[in-house]
Amino acid sequence: MDSITSPATPAGSKPEAHVPRSLTDVVVRLAGNSQDGIQAVGGFLARLAGRSAQEVMTYMTIPSTISGGPSIFQVRMGTGDILSSGDRADVLVAFYQHSYDDHRAALRPGGVLLYDSDQVKPNPDDHEVNAIGVPFTAATVEAVGGSAKEKGKNIYVLGLLARMFDLNVPKLTQLIKERFAGKSEDVARNALVAFDSGYAYPGENLRKHLYRLEQPEPRPDARPQITTDGNAAIAYGLIAAGVRYGAAYPITPATSIMEILRAELPKYGGLFVQCEDEIAAIATALGFSYGGNLAITNTSGPGLSLKAEALGWAVMAEIPLIVVNVQRGGPSTGLPTSIEQSDLLQAIYGSHGDAPRVVLAPHTVEDCFYVALEAARIAREFSTPVIILSDQALSTRIEAFDEPDLTKLMVEAKPDLRPRDASFKPYPFDGPTRHAPPGTVMGSGKYPTVSGLEHDELGHPSANPVVHAKMTAKRRDKIKAVAATFTTPEVFGDQSGDLLLIGWGCTYGPIHEAVGRLQGSGVKVGHLHLRHIHPLDPGLDQIFARYQHIRVIEINDQGLYGYGQLATLLRSVYCNPAIASITKTEGLTYRVSEIVERVAEQLGLTSIKSGARKHSILAAPDRN
Amino acid sequence: MSASVLSAPPADAPRAPLTRKLLTADHPTWCPGCGDFAVLASFYRVLEKLNYPQENIVIFAGIGCSSRFPYFVNAHGGHFIHGRSLPLAAGVSLSRDDLHVFAFGGDGDGYSIGGNHLVHTARKNVRMTYIIMDNSVYGLTKKQTSPTSPLGFKTKTDPWGVYDHPINPMRTLINSGATFVARTHATQVNHMVEMMLRASQHDGFSVVEILSECVEFFEGAYNASVPRKGGSFQAIEEKKHDGTPEDAARHDPTDEGAAAHLALEPWPGRFGVYYENKTRATKNALEQDLIARTREKTKGASDLELLQKTFARMR
Repeated sequence: MDSITSPATPAGSKPEAHVPRSLTDVVVRLAGNSQDGIQAVGGFLARLAGRSAQEVMTYMTIPSTISGGPSIFQVRMGTGDILSSGDRADVLVAFYQHSYDDHRAALRPGGVLLYDSDQVKPNPDDHEVNAIGVPFTAATVEAVGGSAKEKGKNIYVLGLLARMFDLNVPKLTQLIKERFAGKSEDVARNALVAFDSGYAYPGENLRKHLYRLEQPEPRPDARPQITTDGNAAIAYGLIAAGVRYGAAYPITPATSIMEILRAELPKYGGLFVQCEDEIAAIATALGFSYGGNLAITNTSGPGLSLKAEALGWAVMAEIPLIVVNVQRGGPSTGLPTSIEQSDLLQAIYGSHGDAPRVVLAPHTVEDCFYVALEAARIAREFSTPVIILSDQALSTRIEAFDEPDLTKLMVEAKPDLRPRDASFKPYPFDGPTRHAPPGTVMGSGKYPTVSGLEHDELGHPSANPVVHAKMTAKRRDKIKAVAATFTTPEVFGDQSGDLLLIGWGCTYGPIHEAVGRLQGSGVKVGHLHLRHIHPLDPGLDQIFARYQHIRVIEINDQGLYGYGQLATLLRSVYCNPAIASITKTEGLTYRVSEIVERVAEQLGLTSIKSGARKHSILAAPDRN
Repeated sequence: MSASVLSAPPADAPRAPLTRKLLTADHPTWCPGCGDFAVLASFYRVLEKLNYPQENIVIFAGIGCSSRFPYFVNAHGGHFIHGRSLPLAAGVSLSRDDLHVFAFGGDGDGYSIGGNHLVHTARKNVRMTYIIMDNSVYGLTKKQTSPTSPLGFKTKTDPWGVYDHPINPMRTLINSGATFVARTHATQVNHMVEMMLRASQHDGFSVVEILSECVEFFEGAYNASVPRKGGSFQAIEEKKHDGTPEDAARHDPTDEGAAAHLALEPWPGRFGVYYENKTRATKNALEQDLIARTREKTKGASDLELLQKTFARMR
């Protein structure tokens, strides 16, 4: 995966000027300020890759301040499986001096530094990279004209990149037109002018660095690809799952889910409500679900804490509900725009009393869509709250994936208001809980109540010791029954051997790639990525028994006893002393090399190189 | 499931009228002499008069003595967590236009832990009726200070007498944007029935505050408005618009300023409809209108077609 070099010219021979060199993939990091529209450029590149049936993965940081500040967007596109946004960039686009200063180290030796010569003075003694100065600001002002000032320099840079990587210009201009459709004609025209001007940049310095991304093998039967981020994938997955109602309170990085659903659900005859606080949001969602329409509330860590009491009520009253928790750095306000996987234990246990619920974790943007469908299925079938544990990295990351086949996936769900006969019990000891939503005629003449108090089979309050013991067991066994619908997950890589790497959530790509590198160094290693966090999949203990060492890789703290949150859970469940932890708490995703290094260090594998991509995909600096 | 599902009766099948007998459920857990018994009895009468289909009545409550209410009325509904019954009831109301949604609770549930929800549910004008049984004390937990406890009242959490200024419920509700605000007294059954009936028939967020004495922990709290205890029950006379000179002195409940002014009268204050706004749209209506307008634009496309179209734009 890391050997993304495939120069069209034999090694050692000097590439002919102007002849594009072919690449299988490329990592471009755009560094500027958040108001410069670099996310838009990254978005165009990602969608272009998606439309060209290429793989794509992005990574972005946004400052948590309103008025902007330094921001990056990194996009990796190419053929083959693109599973991470890349450890280091092949191309760094620096809009400002601080962009250059802060991100020069992220550029690999032999990479290309494309900088705004009006704003940036690179270190003249730095010969490790190919520095190409282009006056983004002046050229944009000249092309677009005075009134727009430097607005549009992001699109100018897109033109430069299109030239540099021989990108599909008709598709890109189409994307630009679509993006500005609905705005004034001037805006779209200026954007196209800026793009053309960048594309036609005459500088000789750029012409020495022309590349071509390999086109993927044609897949005649493949579905077209769509390009989107994790939050949108969850929102549309919920719509496909027949979820038509929701309520939330704005919180980074979960807010775009409610924004999408607020706009989309009315089209489907549904409704999304912005509430006065996190507690009102889960309460309103529970009101929707009680009414017979499974509902969603989305939040992030601090909000999940506030919802914990009502979540316990949902467990007690056995009301179906979907809670999407997009994790960010904590505790407290923590790092609102950074990644952390530190809500796992809160998601599983965060309520008073014994309050078992289901927790699922998507691992890619595509999986965000499918996990929403699974969450809705479980919530309805088992009349239980289900938490989708996403994270900041997945929420903003853009990926391209095969368009889901909606003809097979769409779920239609309506409240079941058929009259119930006299034998109806909402909470039978020996069967699944089935509610009669309001509006249902009760054949017995007795209407059911849902309650946070312990209750009997008919829902009436009961403090009887036998009833509490039986009902506690019923709620626990219900979640165990969910596990019975799961299958033993597949292990990627070696099926037995030295080492099993376990992950969950957004770390899927880097762990997957780390397996490849470790195998290359002779380690027999497998990768298990858990989607079902609570309950766990069956058969994990048999998988664990096949490996000498097990490392759970998480973005959270090792805690007082030396283990991350999933590792703590797995150790407590399986009592397997081979399970240990690799954790990190910088608010950043794992780099592949970081995982390889940490594993090598922990297991004393001195012969392993971290394997930072050895082959530069770009030519060595041209010192002619 | 199939075993416990009946085939639906014909829609035009004759129905027995709703009676107190049909509506009676669990026996109340309240202390003998509690004002809440009168509220319950009056509510049965209100439901008899409204004669809604029984299955379409939904009653929710929070936590407290009065919040046990849903167990005592044979209807759909339930018992939620402390202070949060309004947003839950809002979810029921907004998604199910066929239902008649009621919320019950006490002063602690509504004005203290649930105070934020009271303000926002009022502001949004969600269609439902909220009955607050105010006893000016925490009864279920045995005599702690409540947000309507008067200054100087000795409780277990203020053994020297309450220091914190009590909330003015009428003023708070009017300021929050509730579109029907009324006040009544558990010893005045006819007045109570009339207020609850009018609130139920109001299209919007309607609130009735009922002074309901806790005989165990705050006996005599409301004697100032009980004639047989030496007080006087001062009912609000509403404007009749009959052009008579005496009509000028009567209260116009559509006048928000007059309502707010009335709410400032000294204890024990007045009883009746303080404020009634029949013109402001409910959130229910606004959201239904949004759905209708949005669906008009999609020209009858199926859910599948709509989502396929969205995905096509992501290509």
